[in-house]
Amino acid sequence: MGNSVTGTGLAALTKARRQRDSSKYLLKLYVAGVTPHSAEAIRNVSTVCEKHLHNRYELEIIDIYQQPTLARGEQIIAAPTLIRKLPLPLRRLIGNLASENTVLVGLDLLPR
Amino acid sequence: MRNKTTAPRSKPNRNSIGLEKCRTGIPGMDDLTDGGLPRGRPTLVCGGAGCGKTLLGMEFVIHGITDFGEPGVFMSFEETEEELAQNMASLGFDLPALVRQKKLDIDYVRIERSEIEETGEYDLEGLFVRLGALIDELGAKRVVLDTIEALFAGLPNEAILRAELRRLFRWLKDRGVTTIITGERGDNTLTRYGLEEYVSDCVIVLDHRVREQIATRRLRVVKYRGSKHGTNECPVLIDEHGLCVLPISSLRLDYPVTQKRVSSGIQPLDAMLGGKGYYWGSSILVSGGAGSGKSSLATAFVDGICREGLKCVYVSFEESPDQVARNMASIGFDLNKWVKQGRLMFHSMRSTASGLEMHLANIVKMVQQFHPDGIVIDPVTNLISVGKGEEIKEMLTRVIDYLKSKSITSLFTSLTLADSPAEQSEVGISSLMDTWLLLRIIESANERNRILYVLKSRGMAHSNQMREFLLTDNGIKLCNPYLGAGAVLTGSARLVQETKDREQMLKEQQSVDHRCRELAAERLTLEAQMEALKLRRIALQEESKLAETDAQLHQEQTRQDQKQLSISRKAD
Repeated sequence: MGNSVTGTGLAALTKARRQRDSSKYLLKLYVAGVTPHSAEAIRNVSTVCEKHLHNRYELEIIDIYQQPTLARGEQIIAAPTLIRKLPLPLRRLIGNLASENTVLVGLDLLPR
Repeated sequence: MRNKTTAPRSKPNRNSIGLEKCRTGIPGMDDLTDGGLPRGRPTLVCGGAGCGKTLLGMEFVIHGITDFGEPGVFMSFEETEEELAQNMASLGFDLPALVRQKKLDIDYVRIERSEIEETGEYDLEGLFVRLGALIDELGAKRVVLDTIEALFAGLPNEAILRAELRRLFRWLKDRGVTTIITGERGDNTLTRYGLEEYVSDCVIVLDHRVREQIATRRLRVVKYRGSKHGTNECPVLIDEHGLCVLPISSLRLDYPVTQKRVSSGIQPLDAMLGGKGYYWGSSILVSGGAGSGKSSLATAFVDGICREGLKCVYVSFEESPDQVARNMASIGFDLNKWVKQGRLMFHSMRSTASGLEMHLANIVKMVQQFHPDGIVIDPVTNLISVGKGEEIKEMLTRVIDYLKSKSITSLFTSLTLADSPAEQSEVGISSLMDTWLLLRIIESANERNRILYVLKSRGMAHSNQMREFLLTDNGIKLCNPYLGAGAVLTGSARLVQETKDREQMLKEQQSVDHRCRELAAERLTLEAQMEALKLRRIALQEESKLAETDAQLHQEQTRQDQKQLSISRKAD
């Protein structure tokens, strides 16, 4: 993973930022069955990814009803939850991802 | 543990109409709640930091597994599995073993606010799924959510959270699991986030108070729908065996009594107490000033019990075991012998070392471990330094009721201050006592002498006499003080008076003897005189007889002479 910060100061930060911008996104969306929230979340995340992370993302959709042990392993409380595994740091976006702006901020695709 | 904790009446209520109870297995808790928590319903346990919420929840689950065969799930929002295992290991609970046996599962729910971003509508189905999976996997009957309020810190949308919590509690109820939900205490509310709004079946408040530098945990059942329960605040103890609730309300005045007696260890005192000593299982108060011999009297009781082959506990708040043993050896009691034989157990502790409740728990624990027949608490007044009068009385009420329920004879010593009236026990516990012995010091003639009397003794014809109480090399002696001339004399004064009395008696005896001798002498004189007179009378009789004979002889002579004369005169 290309997120090692070397050197100091602004240069290092800029480098890290550039690396992240070009790095691959590994996303996991945990939903709880086929509910309106689930459907919206899936639709929303797909839209955002296609729009902003074209060709550099991997999205996995998991139904916690089917795999309840994963819910424990991944510390899922809310559904739907989108977890950004990569790039680090780990982020959790909970909700149906309806607000695109918040999603982009959450994925660090927009500055806070 | 099952036997120890519960009276027969705290069996789960299997009445089909009534509320079914789920026993916690926590000592005292089931008595307080009349059988346990409401089965299949959530119970809210709230309190401030460090008051034992997590422990209560954990013990609820563990006892469920070990005592009642009910698997449980512990969902922790604050501590990890490892931390919980470590914490509970210090109290002797082996969580990993229970987890391996598939009886227990601990799920640590980590909520990191900095990781979370809200992006719209959501629910807490993740939590439901996790919990549901665990319950199904273990067949869990008990669930603890500790502390679910952590969600409020992690998830910003309170409206969703509240709706989901309501749904969660409903869901838990529908699943039929007995749940404990813990909550942090709020400023003016029971919980910081108002959980009591959702959990309304049973609410228990824990409290941790520090007063006069001594911390005490307390527990109160605020509400319990569909069940009677104690409403008082009860002290809670956390010792090396875990949590222990000491309900006041569970103790009732229905302990059994016997006609059996137990010796006071001093024979004359037994005689004063209706001839046989204290009642078996009664409570005895020995009060007196400093140095009046309270501990000695208590030791005599201990010695008496041990001599009969029974067991006794000596709780000292003043002296170390060795010191008690040494001091009592000086008046002829060999306590070390009883300790070696396993009949006597010493427990020495400064009263300020812990709160009243801890002392009570220690006593209870000793009784449970040692099964004594008698117990001495010396002196009870030292507890004043750790509690207020009312609290001490409350605690002693519990101690006494507990001991009475176990038919253990208890002797308490109480120090009375020099200037307070002797009949006023310092902590106002006299009414709790069946027998009250008073030791007083009487100062007179440059001496302090001990006096003992029985102030009261329920249910026996006890002596009304004041006795002088002597500590000798061979034990305790009671002797009758000198009662006379309107004064009670003790000590040297008594001895002097007794000597005087003896002299007086001797003198009186002597004078009587003298008089008797005089009278005897007089009688002898008279008898001698009588004898002399008798002899004289005999002599007189003899004399008169002689005189008579003489007279006859004389007459005869005269007649013969006349005859002779007439013959000589040749009368006709």
